[in-house]
Amino acid sequence: MFFQLGWRNIWRNRRRTLVILTAVVIGVWSMIFLGALMRGIADQFVRNGIATLTGHIQVHQQGYRNDPVVENSIENPARVEAVLTTHLPPGARWAPRVRVNAVASNARHSTGVTMVGIDPPREAAISFIGRAVTEGDYLRADDVYGIVVGKALVKKFATQLGRKLVLMSQDSEGNIASRAFRIIGIYRAEMETTERQFVFVTVSAAQQMLQLPNGISEVAILLPVHGEAPQVADSLRAALPAAEYAVNTWQELLPMATAILEIYDWSIFIWFVVVFIAMGFGIVNTTLMAVFERIREFGLLKALGMKPRWIIQEVLIESFCLLIIGMVIGNAAGFLSVLALSGAGIDLSALAAGMEYWGMSRVIYPHILGQDVIMANLVVFILGLVVSLYPAVKAARFTPVEALVHT
Amino acid sequence: MAMVQCTKVKKTYRQDTMATKALNGVSLSVKKGEFVAIAGPSGSGKTTLLNIIGGLDSADSGRVVVDGNVLNDMTQSKLARLRLHKVGFVFQSYNLIPVLSAQENVEFVMLLQGVPPPERRERARAILADVGLSGMYDRRPAELSGGQQQRVAVARSIVSDPSIVLADEPTANLDSKTGASLLEIMEEMNEKKQVTFIFSTHDKMVMDYARRLIYLRDGRVVEDKVRKG
Repeated sequence: MFFQLGWRNIWRNRRRTLVILTAVVIGVWSMIFLGALMRGIADQFVRNGIATLTGHIQVHQQGYRNDPVVENSIENPARVEAVLTTHLPPGARWAPRVRVNAVASNARHSTGVTMVGIDPPREAAISFIGRAVTEGDYLRADDVYGIVVGKALVKKFATQLGRKLVLMSQDSEGNIASRAFRIIGIYRAEMETTERQFVFVTVSAAQQMLQLPNGISEVAILLPVHGEAPQVADSLRAALPAAEYAVNTWQELLPMATAILEIYDWSIFIWFVVVFIAMGFGIVNTTLMAVFERIREFGLLKALGMKPRWIIQEVLIESFCLLIIGMVIGNAAGFLSVLALSGAGIDLSALAAGMEYWGMSRVIYPHILGQDVIMANLVVFILGLVVSLYPAVKAARFTPVEALVHT
Repeated sequence: MAMVQCTKVKKTYRQDTMATKALNGVSLSVKKGEFVAIAGPSGSGKTTLLNIIGGLDSADSGRVVVDGNVLNDMTQSKLARLRLHKVGFVFQSYNLIPVLSAQENVEFVMLLQGVPPPERRERARAILADVGLSGMYDRRPAELSGGQQQRVAVARSIVSDPSIVLADEPTANLDSKTGASLLEIMEEMNEKKQVTFIFSTHDKMVMDYARRLIYLRDGRVVEDKVRKG
């Protein structure tokens, strides 16, 4: 009957109940929806980072990350490949790369770029480039003069498909190496900076140009399960001589992404608390009003022999009912909003330049994380009951005699 | 043994610098099964005395014993337990819980006492029938007349077989016919269940129903007489 009493009490003043329910619903909805939006941004940020030539794990020659020059290449890739074959989980994919800084130029322009020598079919399975070519063709494995460049670079160089592009870098002997390539494909990426930064040739073309008979700069690995990277990296570290090879996870390779994820975790939590504080005032205010309207009734309950803790329980049951209804509707609204946007996402192209500065995608897809939903609901439920304690204790403290004469 | 024993009970209300003596050394004794009216003009201390006997308020000095329990020594929690199990209240303004039906209002005290639901329901319906409200179990207070509401309050006060029922001007808000009907019900309950009734009043008709009349003036008992057998 306590529940029955609480339930009926909250509907005594329908308008007030609907106002506070609206506040709880909007609060929970905004926690779920904006939390999902922030997770979507963070998720996209990491996915972009991983897809943009990072992968989940990379293997390099020791020293390469500090000084990414041709001299720090892996000279015997077969040794690394043998370890990968035995130590990677089923479904994992990997590809070798040659990656050096170079100067790209044509008749009118020149700029610094990163030349990436790739194994086309294998690279297509682990990074964005395989499905990013929008004009012309993707590289063939035997193409030693073809080059795929970004749309932004094409625009900057005022060039087009079929035109020549000269790459110049330092070879393994320390000499200046250059080679003229023909643009066979133009790719689009999530970020314009990527389109300006990376040019793709075949690994054999890069090796010929840089005088690297078998050498590669790195092996990039894509795992079937995102979260497995640290364990798989540990296993590879154990299998490869530490003096020669460095194995790094995406968290180590993209420290900014890791930091941003951490910042997002805290931002979401702070957002939840801020929303709750606004909501909390509403809950306290409404509950206090409901309590003060019923002083006589609480006096009666005490006169009938109700203990103070039962009165506290009674007031908390009313808050409990309000919170549960608000949470159910708020969660449903949050999930439905995310569902509605999960297909097309939120297109922020108008802000693309600013977004790219932060490494964010043009389109944001909200992403609900179970832990965020649990945290949002726990924050609302637990803190909601905690703030309701104040009016509940107040109700329990009325003396029957004072309360019964209250008008 | 006396159901209620008050000895030299004093109570003063203070507001700022003003002190009002509500009770000024009241001593009285009420036996089990008595049907007693406490009468007196407004401000004579009737309600204060009932509140102190019911454990809703405390005396400044003096001793109050209800059904063997010395109220002066009891904590708030023990007083709440005493009210729950030994005392029934009927208030002037009915004081029913507006969101509960007549039956639920009557059941409420038994709920607090931990009586199982089927027994609660059966006893509540039986007592409501006794006070002439059969068929009105599911009506909410707002759907009942003043007299019917007060009958529900009487039913609530006696349903858990208390030792004593304290009624503070129970007929004050009722017309004389309804008031008389209510008093008959209370009298019947008193005789049927041997529950001690003490009610305050300044209504001549109510006084006529009482078998014992205690008259208060300025916080003192000025008259205490048995009116009829």
